[in-house]
Amino acid sequence: MDVPHHGYRATKQRARAAPPTGDSVLFEDTSSPASGVNNQGFYTPGYNVGGPSNDMQGGVGVNNLFTDPMANAAMMYGSSLANQGKDMVNKEISRFMSVNKLKYFFAVDTRYVLKKLMILMFPYTHQDWEVRYHRDSPLTPRQDVNAPDLYIPTMAFITYILLAGMALGIQKRFSPEVLGICASTALVWIIIEVLVLLLSLYLLTVHSDLSTFDLIAYSGYKYVGMIFTVLCGLLFGSDGYFVALAWSSCALMFFIVRSLKMKILPSLSSDSMGMGSSAKPQLRLYITVATAVFQPIIIYWLTSHLVR
Amino acid sequence: MAFTLYTLIQTAILCTNAIAVLHEERFLRKIGWGVDQGVGGFGDDPGVKAQILNLIRSVRTVMRVPLIIVNSASIILLLLFG
Repeated sequence: MDVPHHGYRATKQRARAAPPTGDSVLFEDTSSPASGVNNQGFYTPGYNVGGPSNDMQGGVGVNNLFTDPMANAAMMYGSSLANQGKDMVNKEISRFMSVNKLKYFFAVDTRYVLKKLMILMFPYTHQDWEVRYHRDSPLTPRQDVNAPDLYIPTMAFITYILLAGMALGIQKRFSPEVLGICASTALVWIIIEVLVLLLSLYLLTVHSDLSTFDLIAYSGYKYVGMIFTVLCGLLFGSDGYFVALAWSSCALMFFIVRSLKMKILPSLSSDSMGMGSSAKPQLRLYITVATAVFQPIIIYWLTSHLVR
Repeated sequence: MAFTLYTLIQTAILCTNAIAVLHEERFLRKIGWGVDQGVGGFGDDPGVKAQILNLIRSVRTVMRVPLIIVNSASIILLLLFG
């Protein structure tokens, strides 16, 4: 036994070493026929004596499966096919979206999630809204609390669907199809919003570094507000619902305007031509404000039928 | 309003069809949205109208053949399954 490393490898060796020497009832290794002979446990003699008389063919077949070269060749061919399929799938997926870019959005930790949730619900005291860069590439969400991430929107989306099911169950209007309808409705609204945002950013030639995933992230932050609103509506009735709706709408509008202002509007200042038409900054402001105003509308639309 | 993913696909097909049927000569030129009437300024900001015209022209060019395929497939599916 080598020196314990206090690491993964040490525990793995220990785990592997346990079964052949210890109990046979729980850890009986039935993967190969040879180990059945070596085990000195309670049940194995009975198994060996009673077994072959009943399913001798099965035992011989199992023996043959592992010593037969044809079966070996077939197994290796099958595993190489599976590997080829896996490589092909990876290649096709990485043609559409780069997995590294996606990993950036999920590099979060607990401290970031807590701070971000607090900012989403109470953004009025947050001072610095700039997304920090490190040598021209944005910092991961672990290091910068202003960076958008996809973990919170995904979790909030799933939590919203579960909450919707629970709310409908409380009102005795639940059926399993309702969950699917709710999920696909919310998903379609996200897709519509992201597409409209992309279209308007393209039409106004806003040269910002907002990628599609960034927009999905910013669109998904409204689900946190929705969860809060639905919870208050369930706990405190209709009055609590409207108070929570007003609170989360104002907080979300503030958050969206402050976050997107940094990304959309200052690219105006980098235009060296001083003859940019005066319609431009107004149109960009309209986009930001329209995005912000859209949030409470969609929150009300998607949650009002849950809290009657 | 219960949206399904099928509704989204249907909406996308209908919108793309609507953009693809805008005829260049008979319609767009009459209302001043022709291909040669969009490119005005040579600065780095083409303007909203030029972007829209570019978008319409590129949708028509790129999506012509895929739209034929998708429309035929949806016609056949609708005939078969209602």
